[in-house]
Amino acid sequence: MSITEYFELVFTDYTLRTITLGTAVLGAICGMLGSFAVLRKQSLLGDAISHAALPGIAIAFLITGAKDSNVLMLGALVSGLIGTFWIRGIITKTHLKSDTALGLILSLFFGFGMLLLTFIQKQPNANQAGLDKYLFGQAATLVEKDVTIMVIVTGICLIVLLLFWKEFKILLFDADYTKTLGFNTKFIDILITFFIVLAIVLGLQTVGVVLMSALLLAPAAAARQWTNSLKVMIILAAIFGAFSGVLGTAISASDNNLSTGPVIVLVAGVFVLFSFIFSPERGILFREIRFRKNRNDLQLKKTLQFMYGIAKTHENISHPHAIRILNNFQGFTKGSLRTMEEKEWIQLKGQEWSLTSVGFEEAKNLFNQQKND
Amino acid sequence: MTNPQIEIQLIGVVVAMACAIPGVFLVLRKMSLISDAISHSILPGIVIGFFITQDLNSPLLILLAALTGVITVVLVEVIQKTGLVKEDTAIGLVFPSLFSIGVILIAKNANDVHLDVDAVLLGELAFAPFDRLFISGMDMGPKSLWVMGIILIITILLLFLFFKELKVSTFDKGLSAALGFSPFVMHYGLMSVSSITVVGAFDAVGAILVVAFMIAPAATAYLLTANLKKMLLLSILFGAFSAISGYWLAHILDASISGSMTTVLGLLFFGVYLFAPNKGLLSVLYRQKQQRTEVSLITFLLHLNNHSEENERHINHLNEHINWQKVRSKTVVDLALKNNMISISNNIVSLTEKGKEFTNLALKYIMTNKDEKIEYMKDDFFLFRG
Repeated sequence: MSITEYFELVFTDYTLRTITLGTAVLGAICGMLGSFAVLRKQSLLGDAISHAALPGIAIAFLITGAKDSNVLMLGALVSGLIGTFWIRGIITKTHLKSDTALGLILSLFFGFGMLLLTFIQKQPNANQAGLDKYLFGQAATLVEKDVTIMVIVTGICLIVLLLFWKEFKILLFDADYTKTLGFNTKFIDILITFFIVLAIVLGLQTVGVVLMSALLLAPAAAARQWTNSLKVMIILAAIFGAFSGVLGTAISASDNNLSTGPVIVLVAGVFVLFSFIFSPERGILFREIRFRKNRNDLQLKKTLQFMYGIAKTHENISHPHAIRILNNFQGFTKGSLRTMEEKEWIQLKGQEWSLTSVGFEEAKNLFNQQKND
Repeated sequence: MTNPQIEIQLIGVVVAMACAIPGVFLVLRKMSLISDAISHSILPGIVIGFFITQDLNSPLLILLAALTGVITVVLVEVIQKTGLVKEDTAIGLVFPSLFSIGVILIAKNANDVHLDVDAVLLGELAFAPFDRLFISGMDMGPKSLWVMGIILIITILLLFLFFKELKVSTFDKGLSAALGFSPFVMHYGLMSVSSITVVGAFDAVGAILVVAFMIAPAATAYLLTANLKKMLLLSILFGAFSAISGYWLAHILDASISGSMTTVLGLLFFGVYLFAPNKGLLSVLYRQKQQRTEVSLITFLLHLNNHSEENERHINHLNEHINWQKVRSKTVVDLALKNNMISISNNIVSLTEKGKEFTNLALKYIMTNKDEKIEYMKDDFFLFRG
């Protein structure tokens, strides 16, 4: 199936429509909540939580024996939350740093989860197959019920986000100030962490434990490059996330050997790369261009200043001088002289230059001008 | 015990020791998550190396994959240097992307590669003894034992050779640069060793559990000691212990060996996290409670010092005026009595000579606020702590 075929089929084919809708909604909610994770410098919390969810899935299966994805997700949620709060406990109560705490919870919970999974696999009841889809995710297993849950969770999340908008925002940028204003920071903090964990758990089935953190981070990191406003950033991140989901699903559907999770992550990665390079304010490309332009400007002005030094010793400022005498000053080229002529700062005649009155005034005010040209 | 059983435990112990040594430095340098990143992003390196060598234990593959690990570190640093995102975001962006490339590479060449993402991520120690090294027909033991053994020996050798350089550059980058040990070289040396260890270990215990072997023993040891040498020894000990007991746990439960090794590591950490003297959760909580009571005591003494009138010093007045609950005021009064700071007659509390002296010193401390003197004062005056 080619990509164009995919887009023709997406509105008619039930499976494709469900999966596409699912990944799109997932991308959107992850982008939204990921913005908070990125700005709170908790980017890798997502990685830790997604790994920490594994034992919860296994235990939920062991207790109920059912493969109902909602029950398993509940287990994942509980175990993810336990992981999060243990991480917090380690950071606040001991001298271990956050990176160690994250790495510990990530690997220890995951190892325990592996133990349980292999234990389950040896059990006689045979319907355990498919639990390991949570490791790498399988978008193909999404059914309408899963998508409905995703949409509901996204809706609740949106409502909470709107209700607590100013609390979230102020906590994000100045936690101490929030406390002095009398907000219950602990509650706001737990609320937002809860939703981040929820988003991660939702995504496990689709992109899996390992790649979940990228889905959370990448849209937010890309969106951050285009704006300094939280509102715009969250909206942009949601859009980037949704597009990554749809495009990733489209590409992986067009080729049967591609699993959806990695493709979605790579598409999101391309968004990030593009934003890093081409964002007008912060992007590497425009930053480099601005840098070059500034450097050239500075060169020109240095040359002008040097000429001014020569010209002001003469009564007639436009008295022609040989270009040769600029030689002991290194900062000029033929090109830069021509640019100066275009700006009408100087006039070139053969091997000689002369300062114009415009250039003279410009040079005189070089050091006390406040305006930018 | 059968021969493969001994070999499995031996491999486990060697892997645990080889991981624990770089792990200690990663934890101390606050770079634990780099090991997580490396362990994922070596996947494309392994796949490409496997195309070339067709052998999971070949030295070339290990070097190629380790190179991907170092490239990850470089990429993270480059992205971080642009200032567009923070370090943790940079890590979180780089390794999933590389990992995805690896997964896609495997999926696209599924027919030529006898390599499974599950195997790379999770590993299977139980199969390790079956892949044996033969030199001119002689059975020299499991290949991965040799690979990890060599890596362990090199790591130990490097540790002994560069111990003081590593120590200095870990704790004081500026000093190490001033003394002429380039922190840059140390950093990349450590990164290379970590990458090689991760690659060597992945096929025994899997990429994610390598992270556990690196961080958990070191973090556990860090809660018990603040001495680098002791920390190294302890973490090697913890690693080896959990490798062996993890094997037997897996034997009993009939489950994944690496999973149960990690579980033992987790239990070990949990135990130490709760019960470590000085730095464990319980002793921190106990100390916090003690300090809370002692601060209350000082407040109480200052209150007494401020008031000579009897109604302010009446024992029942405490609850209403200082706004304490009954239990708390009782603890505080008892503590003060035990330490001979106050005397009570007719339900009127008054300071003793010793109490006055202590209160004056405490007042001076509060006014000048020179740090930490209060602890010595408490040692001098208190017979019983809160």
